Amino acid sequence: MVENELERTIVIIPAHNEGAHIAPIVTQIKANYPYFDVLVIDDGSSDDTRARALDAGASVISNPFSLGYGGALQTGYIYATRNRYNFLVQLDGDGQHDPTCIYDLINPVQSGTADITIGSRFLISQKEGLDWPAYRAPVVRMIGMRLFSAIATFFTGQKVTDPTSGYQAMNRRAFHLLAGDKFPIDYPDADVIIMLHRAGFRIKEVPVRMFPSPDDKSMHSGLKPLYYIFKMFLSIIVTLLRR
Amino acid sequence: MSFRIKIVTFVICIAMLLLVVDLVRRRKLREEYSQLWFATWFGILVLMVWFDLLKWISHFIGAVSNVSTLFLFAFMFLILISLHFSVVISKLTNRLKDLSQQYAILRNELESMKKARTDTVQ
Repeated sequence: MVENELERTIVIIPAHNEGAHIAPIVTQIKANYPYFDVLVIDDGSSDDTRARALDAGASVISNPFSLGYGGALQTGYIYATRNRYNFLVQLDGDGQHDPTCIYDLINPVQSGTADITIGSRFLISQKEGLDWPAYRAPVVRMIGMRLFSAIATFFTGQKVTDPTSGYQAMNRRAFHLLAGDKFPIDYPDADVIIMLHRAGFRIKEVPVRMFPSPDDKSMHSGLKPLYYIFKMFLSIIVTLLRR
Repeated sequence: MSFRIKIVTFVICIAMLLLVVDLVRRRKLREEYSQLWFATWFGILVLMVWFDLLKWISHFIGAVSNVSTLFLFAFMFLILISLHFSVVISKLTNRLKDLSQQYAILRNELESMKKARTDTVQ
C-alpha cells in the first residue's frame, strides 16, 4: 500500500466502555498501517475509552450519549463522507476482530474487485498457511447466524457465511449510502447486506480471524436475542418491499 | 341510551374540545398534534347529537348497545392516537440521533482546529 491522496483510508472503531481494550487495537493498527487514519467513535462511554484512544494516537469522536452500535458506526460513515475519504474499514472496539486482517479486507476494495468486503470468521479454512482455530460460539447463537446466513444467501444469490460480521471494508460510494437515512440503526447485519446487494453493490466475503468477545456484553443477553430476530426479519421484509 | 348519559357525554366532549383549543392557544400543544384529538372528541360529539347515525352504526356492526359503539369508536381513536405518537417519537428519535452525530463531529472538528492553532502559536 502506498500513501496516496486518492487512496485515503480511514479505520473506524465504534466503542462503548472499551477502555480496557481500545488502546492495543489502535496501537496495532497504527503500527501495521501507518498511512491509515484511525477514528474511534466513543459512543457515550462512562469509562476512559476516549482518553485511552487519544493517548494511543487515534482521533476520537464522542457521541454525547449512546446511540447504539449502528448509530456509532453511522457517525463514522458521516465523518468519512465529510472528510472525503475514499475507503473505510470498520472493526469492533472490544478486541474481537484481529487488526492484522485489515489488509485482506481492504485489498479487494482498493483494487476495485468489490465495493464492500465482509470479514467472515467461518472462511478461515480457505486461508492457507495459517493455523487459526475455528470460531466457537454458543449453540443458540450459531443457529441464529446460520439462519440469517441462509436468508442473506437466498436473497443475494451469493454465499454469505457471516452476515453478522461487523468487520468490513468499503469504498466511498458504499459508506456514502450508509451515512444517509437508509441505514438501520439498531443491529445492522443481514438487512444491510441485502439492501446493498439490491442497490447494486458488489459484496465479497474475506476470511478473517475473530476471537470470542472478551466480555460477551454485546447483544446476546436477556430478551435482546428475541428482539434481534424480530427486528431482523421485519427489516429484511421492509428492505425487500422498498424500491 | 338515557338522556342523562347523553348530557354527561356531551359535556365531556365540549370540555375536552375546549381543553385542546386552550392547549393550542397556550402553545402547549402544536397544531399538527392536535388533529387527532379534535377528530376523537368531535367524532363522539357528532354521534351523540346525530343519534340516528349512532343507532345505524350499532346495527351495522352488530353492537348490542349504542354505548358499546361509542366505546368502540373512542377506543379505536385512542389506538390511532397512540400509533400517531409512535410515529412522532420515531421521527424525534431520528432527529435526535442526527443532531447528536452532527454535534459529535463538529465538536471533533472544533477541537482539532483549536489544537492546530495552539500548535501554531507554540
